[in-house]
Amino acid sequence: MRSIVCVKRVPDSEARVRIAGDGSAIDSSGVKYVMNPYDEFALEQALQLKEAAGEGTVTAITLGSDEAKETLRSALAMGADEGVLLRSDGSMDGLVVARALADEISQREFDLVLFGKQAIDDDNMQVPAMVAQLLSLPCATVVVDMTLDSGTVTAKREVEGGHEIVEFELPGVIAAQKGLNEPRYPSLKGIMAAKRKPLEEKDVTVSEPGLELLGLAPPPARPEPQIVGEGPEVVPELVRRLREEAKVL
Amino acid sequence: MATILAFAETRDGALRPVAAEVVSAARSLADEVGAQVVALVVGGPGTADAASDLARLGADRILVAEAESLSVYQPDLAVEILAGVVGDSDPTAVLFAASAQGKDLSARAAAHLGLALASEVTDIEVADGTPVVTRPMYGGKAYGRFRFLGAPALISIRPNVFSVSESPGEGSVETLPVSEATVPRTRVVGMEAAARAALDVREAPMVVAGGRGLQDADNWGLLEDLVAALGDGATLGASRAVVDAGWRPHSEQVGQTGKVVSPNLYFAVGISGAIQHLAGMRTAGVIVAVNKDPEAPIFGVANYGVVGDLFEILPVLTEEVRVARGA
Repeated sequence: MRSIVCVKRVPDSEARVRIAGDGSAIDSSGVKYVMNPYDEFALEQALQLKEAAGEGTVTAITLGSDEAKETLRSALAMGADEGVLLRSDGSMDGLVVARALADEISQREFDLVLFGKQAIDDDNMQVPAMVAQLLSLPCATVVVDMTLDSGTVTAKREVEGGHEIVEFELPGVIAAQKGLNEPRYPSLKGIMAAKRKPLEEKDVTVSEPGLELLGLAPPPARPEPQIVGEGPEVVPELVRRLREEAKVL
Repeated sequence: MATILAFAETRDGALRPVAAEVVSAARSLADEVGAQVVALVVGGPGTADAASDLARLGADRILVAEAESLSVYQPDLAVEILAGVVGDSDPTAVLFAASAQGKDLSARAAAHLGLALASEVTDIEVADGTPVVTRPMYGGKAYGRFRFLGAPALISIRPNVFSVSESPGEGSVETLPVSEATVPRTRVVGMEAAARAALDVREAPMVVAGGRGLQDADNWGLLEDLVAALGDGATLGASRAVVDAGWRPHSEQVGQTGKVVSPNLYFAVGISGAIQHLAGMRTAGVIVAVNKDPEAPIFGVANYGVVGDLFEILPVLTEEVRVARGA
């Protein structure tokens, strides 16, 4: 079982986001960066598939700056066999990222390509389906459960009000949603071993983006909060305000 | 005439609620740039009848691809149909819902057509005849404004953000041929409904969300009672803590690593307001917080806060809401 897992370095979900002075980016000073949480589910799935098959490889690929090597080291510590950094500082929209990853993936042998369902920085939820489309591969996105039986994947895909059951033959693409599995923590042994695992670095030139960022802004301000009061006695007043002031009941 | 294409999604031969939002948003954009609205509807038997309703919301032409095989979303077939329509109508923009189906299809279509896609858009303006979009990023902690550098502009709009308004269009219905020749690489073989046929937390106009303050999964009846009192448009949500504890399914999780929601009314019950939760619900219209800790960060974003024991407050709230809704 040969799996490729695409991972991304993102600000931790508990991080406060401040916008840099010129509005072109977030201010990364003091921000803790982690592996995109959904990518951990993808990586865990790849490791479990390899373990179940009793053979195979798990390759972690990331596209980004030199700092993204940290994320590859985390993937190697969790159990990936090798890491690949596609180094680029170019401006990227979803399709630019997908093209660069598809380019690299197409040069490799694999059974399954796994992604997190979305990265929690850009929140695009585009790249997995785009890579599949560019490589003419089948694909299931937002997957909460999957089984593999003689080369056929059956995946449960989260949709509004339930799940779609999706089938395809390998090779294919999966985008992991929380619930797919319980990602393991890297062991001390894993962290030590990660230092000796191969980590390839390549400079890549990305395609021209189709979207131009005009600026980032903080979210719209909320109205001034009102504390209606304490305890069940104030509930009638709350409901009155919801009806008469906010007009939502 | 310039065209705005709206992908109006269906399930089981009926339009999904977000289809109306997509067609309405397309109408507003078309009025601004002086274009017609073409709605594309792909689905199973009954779709053509359901689709004719889109004229009311501003569709000038309604293109229907109807086949038994399309009763459930079939991504490869949908991409092929959509790409054909884009090729024929050369739209200025193509609008999708940022739903499970819309996000999957829009990404596939963007790669197929080699076009840029802006996801989860909450605002569309027009500058020099082309769309400029605003979209939340970092789970809603920042908003980015983007200009498209080429056309057509592919855009998925966040559910519950764009209003639906009546604006009659011509609404001629045309049937598209459906090729049976395409063998899908990805096959959707079935649907499994959630245990409770609930509204999805992203699409519900009212959300009652619970957190660790509920103390136990068995106490969720308190929130279900409030949902029932609020009526048809209400559904349950949950904080990450209670999903991680296994009390509630992940499909209900609100926050940066769950769902980002924009209901008209959001009740945060026993939720302290971790930064990743606030990111996921701060675009709600009206936020009501019930928490025993007056210093809880949730009160910082709530329009209305009640401090106290939720086990005492909720039953009274449910009763008062029931009376108010009945009145």
